Amino acid sequence: MTTPLRTERPPSAAARAVRRILHALGSLGGVVVVLLLCELLIRVGVLPGRFLPPPSVVLLTLATELTTPAPWLAMLDTLRGWAFGLGIATAIALPLGLLLGSNELAYRALRPVIEFLRPVPSVALVPLVFLLFSYDLGDGKIFLAAFASTWPLLVQTIYGVRNVLPVQIDTARSFHIPSFDVATRVVLPSAIPFIATGFRIASTVSLILVLTGEIVINAGGVGEAINAAREGSQVALMYAYVILAGLLGILINLVFRAIEHRALHWHPSHRVVAA
Amino acid sequence: MLKLAGISKRYGSAETGTLAVKDLTFEIDDREVVTIVGPSGCGKTTVLKLMAGLLRPTEGTIELDGVPVTRPPEQIALVFQDYSASLYPWMKVADNVAFPLRRKKLSRADRDARVSRALSSVGLADFADRYPWQLSGGMQQRVAIARGLAYQPRILLMDEPFGALDAQTRADLEDLVLRVREEFDVTIIFVTHDIDESVYLADRVLVMGPRPTFIDVDLAVDLPSPRDQIVTKDTPEFSHLRAEVYRRIKASSLAMAAAGTAPEPH
Amino acid sequence: MTRRRSALYIAAEVLTPLLIVIGVLIFTNGSAGFYFPPLQDVLVAFQRNWLFDRFGTDILPSLGRLFAGYLIAVVLGVALGVLLGHVRWLRRQMSPIIEFLRAIPPPALLPFTIIAIGVDSSAKIALIAFICIWPVLLNTMDGIAGIEPTIKDTGIVYRIRGRDSLLFVELRAASPQIFAGMRTALPLALILMVISEMVASTNGIGYFVIQSQRTFAIADMWSGIVLLGVLGYLLNLIFTLIERRALSWYLGARATTR
Repeated sequence: MTTPLRTERPPSAAARAVRRILHALGSLGGVVVVLLLCELLIRVGVLPGRFLPPPSVVLLTLATELTTPAPWLAMLDTLRGWAFGLGIATAIALPLGLLLGSNELAYRALRPVIEFLRPVPSVALVPLVFLLFSYDLGDGKIFLAAFASTWPLLVQTIYGVRNVLPVQIDTARSFHIPSFDVATRVVLPSAIPFIATGFRIASTVSLILVLTGEIVINAGGVGEAINAAREGSQVALMYAYVILAGLLGILINLVFRAIEHRALHWHPSHRVVAA
Repeated sequence: MLKLAGISKRYGSAETGTLAVKDLTFEIDDREVVTIVGPSGCGKTTVLKLMAGLLRPTEGTIELDGVPVTRPPEQIALVFQDYSASLYPWMKVADNVAFPLRRKKLSRADRDARVSRALSSVGLADFADRYPWQLSGGMQQRVAIARGLAYQPRILLMDEPFGALDAQTRADLEDLVLRVREEFDVTIIFVTHDIDESVYLADRVLVMGPRPTFIDVDLAVDLPSPRDQIVTKDTPEFSHLRAEVYRRIKASSLAMAAAGTAPEPH
Repeated sequence: MTRRRSALYIAAEVLTPLLIVIGVLIFTNGSAGFYFPPLQDVLVAFQRNWLFDRFGTDILPSLGRLFAGYLIAVVLGVALGVLLGHVRWLRRQMSPIIEFLRAIPPPALLPFTIIAIGVDSSAKIALIAFICIWPVLLNTMDGIAGIEPTIKDTGIVYRIRGRDSLLFVELRAASPQIFAGMRTALPLALILMVISEMVASTNGIGYFVIQSQRTFAIADMWSGIVLLGVLGYLLNLIFTLIERRALSWYLGARATTR
């Protein structure tokens, strides 16, 4: 009564790879269409070409500019500020977060302060930074970035530490493992997924504040280049640098999302539940 | 009343797809309780979804009162297996039950009357103002049943509705189903993997064969009515029927294992 | 927890901010320098400026731009997100573009708006709207596309469609995610409001802060910074209250399925 089931031959690795590439290209179709559409509409005059140069011009300008050292130095400058800002934030937020997450008294004491200072827009400090760091605005943008990115990292670290299952800590304690080891080998690894999320958010925030500093108070980097291009009425060049800023944003985002994904893959919320 | 003829369902393309249902033919009459039971993964839910119009058959026809079914028919309601996912958590119990009635252009009074009657029938009249997630699993499933009843369908399809509940709750709900058929005069098609349940509830048991599934045997259940969890299950007719069903299913399961078609969750 | 413990915690909660304020008071009244005026001077400046002299001339325009831009972003973001959530091929095609636009750090687009639209209020509103739309759009799109299949099947069986389906089922099912998007967009709106006013404006809180800095009215500058802090806190608080009300069913359901 039963018919033997036809079994499929699994596609070869090469076929799978080709299929994946085609799939990725397929979703770029929209990009191509939009770019072509913009090109057409701008050249024809429907979209204002005065401040919106055609994509081809912008891409050409970008390509030309990239052959000079200027954009590379600018990106390096911005990344340097970003890295230092994030680094300082890490140095403050991780230990503090560990402490506040594990010590109830410290947590309760500082919680209202954190809750109040967290939503404060860091950009409000830009004028102050301009005054304090007038000797070197590069340091100023690092300060802004560090200040702003400390908060999400701190909050996530506290959250992660507080979320460690008490039973895991108790188990460790019952084996008389010293406190420091409990902290570094039980609590910290368990909190890593949350900390990874904190890093992802903090990395974005750091970039935003670095660019804010560069644009608002001319603190160097890609932001200042954007400003300079605008002031010199080199519109296509300005867009080229905006694209570079966007690429930096994407790059940082991709890297930290990948890290977060690796860190989270064992966490229950990320596990694919077997049907 | 509901006629399936030569139904087959293939997922995917003609060469590489999987055949889930093959050449299914049966009829269901008014006011029958028909249970569909079969080995795990044979495709029972697929058959139910075909009847509900959620899936289109690859071949064959489905007719309701002689009219071919190409989209979900108005006169069919479905109680899903996953009650927590099919009830809307943002609506209260009464609103959940009333929601499908919006299209029916009833007066406010009529609608409220239907809702309260349905909720009373399932014993949840006092819980109309709660949210589904405030209720136990069994009660949530009762809300889903009430929703189906208020809709006043001709056919009530039920997809392993009590599978996730404990035995005591299941027994209560089985009796509820029987009561409801009397009260609302509705045809019930009930998919289950529980053999006892399939015999206890049914006027007819359709035992499904292994994948690609078909009707292995169509058993008429001649047990006296009204059924009782203790008395009916103690009769020799019940034991005989259940043994027959079990025998069939066991054979199918072995056949499926031999053919390499491990049961898949649907 | 013993009563002594909880009393200790409460004491810590109340005392710490107090101690910090006292600390700031002492610090700024001592040798903190020109850029850190005494706390009381800042408070006096705060009262003088914002209660209620400059309320109409600076606070209202700022808040007006903020809310207008934010609301436009929410309405358009939800509308477009619903569209993209329904049409899969469109979603696939538009995703790379949207992801790119969203990855551009908001400040980088400020010079562009200055050129393109100018420096008046509508330009700032447009900038805020343009930046804030992406998190709302993406979250709405994900929320709608990711609705449980069982909910969709229920809609099919009980023939729920059109307006009923959209308003009573889809938007409500996706609302936790939509609110998450709105929550992401809120601080962005605030940031953009501030920096657009710092760079190209003749009124507003951001303008006031940068002007005070330029004219070395330091206490006034700090009063503006404090005001921005208070605004940030209040906006967050109001949003949380609204979200809690709108998502009360979600919070309840999640608590019981833990």
